[in-house]
Amino acid sequence: MKTKLLTALLLGTSILGTGILGTTGMALAEDVTLNIESWRGDDLTIWKDKLIPAFEAKNPGIKVVFAPSAPTEYDAALGAKLAAGSAGDLITCRPFDKSLELFKKGNLADISSLPGMENFSPVAKAAWQTDDGKSSFCVPMASVIHGFIYNKDAFDKLGLKVPTTNEEFYAVLDKIKADGTYIPMAMGTKDLWEAATMGYQNIGPNYWKGEEGRAALIKGEQKLTDADWVEPYKELAKWKPYLGDGFEAQTYPDSQNLFTLGRAAIYPAGSWEIGLFNTQAQFKMGAFPPPVQKAGDTCYISDHTDIGMGLNAASKHPEEAKKFLSWVASPDFATIYANALPGFFSLNSTPVKMEDPLAQEFVSWRGKCKSTIRSTYQILSRGTPNLENETWVESANVINGTDTPEAAAKKLQDGLDSWYKPAK
Amino acid sequence: MDTETMAAETRAKRPIRWHVGVFLAPAVLVYTAFMILPLFGTLQLSLFRNIEQTQVFVGLGNFRTLFGDPNWSVNFWNALRNNVWFFIIHMLVQNPIGILLAALLSSPKLRFTAFYRTAIFVPTILSFVIVGFAWKLILSPIWGVAPHLMDFVGLKSFFTPWLGKEQYALTALSLVSVWQFVGIPMMLIYAALLSIPDEVIEAAECDGVTGMAQFWKIKLPLILPSIGIISILTFVGNFNAFDLIYTAQGALAGPNYSTDILGTFLYRAFFGFQLQVGDPNMGAAIATIMFLIILAGVCVYLFLVQTRLRRYQF
Repeated sequence: MKTKLLTALLLGTSILGTGILGTTGMALAEDVTLNIESWRGDDLTIWKDKLIPAFEAKNPGIKVVFAPSAPTEYDAALGAKLAAGSAGDLITCRPFDKSLELFKKGNLADISSLPGMENFSPVAKAAWQTDDGKSSFCVPMASVIHGFIYNKDAFDKLGLKVPTTNEEFYAVLDKIKADGTYIPMAMGTKDLWEAATMGYQNIGPNYWKGEEGRAALIKGEQKLTDADWVEPYKELAKWKPYLGDGFEAQTYPDSQNLFTLGRAAIYPAGSWEIGLFNTQAQFKMGAFPPPVQKAGDTCYISDHTDIGMGLNAASKHPEEAKKFLSWVASPDFATIYANALPGFFSLNSTPVKMEDPLAQEFVSWRGKCKSTIRSTYQILSRGTPNLENETWVESANVINGTDTPEAAAKKLQDGLDSWYKPAK
Repeated sequence: MDTETMAAETRAKRPIRWHVGVFLAPAVLVYTAFMILPLFGTLQLSLFRNIEQTQVFVGLGNFRTLFGDPNWSVNFWNALRNNVWFFIIHMLVQNPIGILLAALLSSPKLRFTAFYRTAIFVPTILSFVIVGFAWKLILSPIWGVAPHLMDFVGLKSFFTPWLGKEQYALTALSLVSVWQFVGIPMMLIYAALLSIPDEVIEAAECDGVTGMAQFWKIKLPLILPSIGIISILTFVGNFNAFDLIYTAQGALAGPNYSTDILGTFLYRAFFGFQLQVGDPNMGAAIATIMFLIILAGVCVYLFLVQTRLRRYQF
């Protein structure tokens, strides 16, 4: 009796077991699950509620899971997962060398011929290409644009016009300073990168003529000590009297707060601030691109490629993953993404309709100005000393007045010369 | 068997005392696994270099780069110089103040001793992150209380954004660190002062040595060994310091590397920063040099200072 019961039980469980296995097996055959690796935990809800449902609705049979890890751990965690073969099918790409290294190791697949890649300009693709530009390994997702955000109420009150040329820019700053209600410009040098990113890389492209100068620098035809590259430093040196009291110890959050509390009139910005500023500032805001030297000059803007997505070379579902990447490269994706995250602009050549007026203003500059990316990011920051980090330090020095523009440029060029030998 | 032969037998073949090993084992194993092995691992790592994704033995090549290549050596000497200044401030400010506070606390006339003792010691148990952040806020020229407080007493003109000025930032941070850690020398000296036998003090009083003279002639010589210990603890702590600078100034230790100490220099080299890619081998080389500096300092203390101090002990 007892044995019979036992056999029955055993049989029962085995049948049940196979039953469960069978169903999961079938489910797998029908639905393919793609995992996305990312450091953008902030975007989790946007992916879950907007982007993924939009894709799944059009592509039945493919399930997508967005699985972010913390930004500071992302690179290490991704490296370990790739080595162990447990990484997701789709990998969010950091720009330039970090992703290039993954491609060289064979972790990222070559997607140069992916349908949809033709939607992007060469500059947009440059962040995720080999140095010769022959193979691409990530779909560009978003970029951030530099410029100046200003307090519209303050401008109206003081009767100021948005400056377009350098001369007008300083005239506006002088007027704000003379009035005394507002700090003319909210920027500090304590965190160093503000001076370099919001300062040097913001106004610089107008002087070194964007891509032209950047490419010449990489080729070794221009040097950081050339007038075109020293001139932005000379401008930065002029900013000092317009910054708030004690700007030397003013941190990045301090600058943001000074502006959103309405205590400063102009904020040298990156477009990623838009989301935060919209929720915090109680006044109307506007934006203007870095002023040009003379009226009528071509304007250049830093439209820096920041985030992309690539295909894990070891993915078990490369076809489905490619389908997803093609969708990421499509205008559909760009519209949802750019509207959900104002300030992160799609790199797609098709113009994206955006609701946010400030974001619209930023992106409108693409039409009238030429885009470039930050000069130090591609190739030039591979050695010791690291050009990007040194640029942070020297930009802060120039604004603090502890280094002359010429001395700063010379230090940077000497550092670069010590390891970088451009191909002749 | 009578007792005599038994005693002879035990003397002849003494049993191996297994329990000694067993009792020592946990500490030895843990210490080896978490301290000694990593230390040798670091030393080993510093002799290799990553060339084309493989580790190649380069002997002292990394050290030659560290001292010979101006791109590394300038930063290294700058960090070492800053670190020495950091240490000097601690020795000149933290330890004398610690001794002074301990002397005051041990005075029998003082009331609320326990309260002062606790209040002064509390910052020591705070996290570096809290201390760094709190002081950044206190000294902030925009929201900080420091400019307002100085305004109250009419010293506003002396306020500058200390953490943002090359010439003051390191000293300011050293003083913040002093504020945080002054409790440790105070406690150690306080304990040493309390352990001075009453007979010694009474004998001194009989001989007419009282007040300040008693402190300088009787108590100070008797607490010298403790001061020695504190000095070496300060030395080791300062040359291993990293957290405060990192939380207050970031990994680039600005402005213009003026607050860069060996710890932050090591961090940037080992883990990389922003676009700078980490180089564990160079990082290990710097860590090795830090280890040697601390080892040398400790040896100087052990062989030159402590041997001389011993005769004051009772």
